[in-house]
Amino acid sequence: MFDFVKDYDLLGAFWTTVQLAVLSAVGSLIWGTALAAMRVGPVPLMRGFGTAYVNTVRNIPLTVIILFTSLGLNQTLGISLGANDVETINFRLAVLGLILYTSSFVCEALRSGINTVPVGQAEAARAIGLSFGQVLRHVVLPQAFRSSVVPMANVLIALIKNTTVAAAIGVAEAALLMKEMIENEAQLLLISAVIAFGFVVLTLPTGLILGWLGKKVAVKR
Amino acid sequence: MTEVSVAKEDKAATDELVVLKSVNKHFGALHVLQDIDLTITRGEVVVVIGPSGSGKSTLCRTINRLETVDSGSIAIDGKPLPAEGKELARLRADVGMVFQSFNLFAHKTVLENVTLGQVKVRKADGKKAEEKARALLDRVGVGAQADKYPAQLSGGQQQRVAIARALAMDPKVMLFDEPTSALDPEMINEVLEVMKQLARDGMTMVVVTHEMGFARSAANRVVFMADGRIVEEATPDQFFSNPRSDRAKDFLSKILHH
Repeated sequence: MFDFVKDYDLLGAFWTTVQLAVLSAVGSLIWGTALAAMRVGPVPLMRGFGTAYVNTVRNIPLTVIILFTSLGLNQTLGISLGANDVETINFRLAVLGLILYTSSFVCEALRSGINTVPVGQAEAARAIGLSFGQVLRHVVLPQAFRSSVVPMANVLIALIKNTTVAAAIGVAEAALLMKEMIENEAQLLLISAVIAFGFVVLTLPTGLILGWLGKKVAVKR
Repeated sequence: MTEVSVAKEDKAATDELVVLKSVNKHFGALHVLQDIDLTITRGEVVVVIGPSGSGKSTLCRTINRLETVDSGSIAIDGKPLPAEGKELARLRADVGMVFQSFNLFAHKTVLENVTLGQVKVRKADGKKAEEKARALLDRVGVGAQADKYPAQLSGGQQQRVAIARALAMDPKVMLFDEPTSALDPEMINEVLEVMKQLARDGMTMVVVTHEMGFARSAANRVVFMADGRIVEEATPDQFFSNPRSDRAKDFLSKILHH
């Protein structure tokens, strides 16, 4: 029944999905943390930027952002992110689009974590002479990360599934392969089931492991 | 009062550590600090008392600029309090602060709470910081709890750790913002004992408290605040036995007779 699967590089496609997800997750975590730092920081200009960024980017459909990286950044502005062949360029553009989009959600998940840290602790940290950056790095963010593990897991699961949008600019990940298989085989339900199963294999353990981790690292108050 | 002011001026010429001059602050329409003038000399223990909402906590918090002021000047050891940035952080390191709600860093052990400032602000060597932290924790009587997390300690123990954390910075002055108000009655004394010992050792202290016993026994001066103003300043003996203002008489009559 699943014989046709052998004709396609299913593992290769999912490997691309994993690469998209992992690279975007790392990038979003870094950029999202920077955005959150801006939004809670003392500089009005940066606070304004962080707020404007989040409220703009999270409200734009991901497809539009990904298409913009390809049509706008690459084809109009000629940005190729240091790659020469189309395949690599598109992959990198997709990662960039996913980072730009997902970081706005990471920022808000982290900010909800920051809100769980009592204000008094930041005051105490300032009172012993720590700078704003040190207060954030040594006192606020370590606790904020721990209490935002579960909302972060939601963001990561959404990101893994969002990687399918990269198919819109021709990145050879699982969703693009699915489209190709559906065009070639008369097995719509089976193909969908195989791809869906592949995503569940990626996302279910992610949710379970991070849920467990969230409990384990929770800060006792 | 005459005695006090004479003694104060004698010292003041040489050793004014904290000087507030016509400090004003508003919270919206509420004028929470009104023309506050207060000078604290080195080694002095000043207890600030007064009814809730009188501005005494705010006064305490303005001294290391956890609250900004609208007008007036605050100087610590001759240096005006900077508005922002590195300068302010440096000055804050010289001003120890103990909060009503302890505010220990919940994700760090007791020992790490006391070493963090030494290592990150004073750039102390890790080993030295740890030695000093352990010595301070022993001094406040919680040496055995060094490797526990704050949530595993009683309120009294947590507050003593908070005192050790502040002392680890070698502050010039210590601010106590109602340090015993959140404690169970049986734990109040262990914290007050540590504070009395500090006072005996010559630490300059500003203590906002409702503990009249502490004010009587450890203070050099009592500052009575009401409605955002300093209404009365006197030695504890004078203040408690013979308050001059009606507002202070009223306050004392309410807290001392039951």
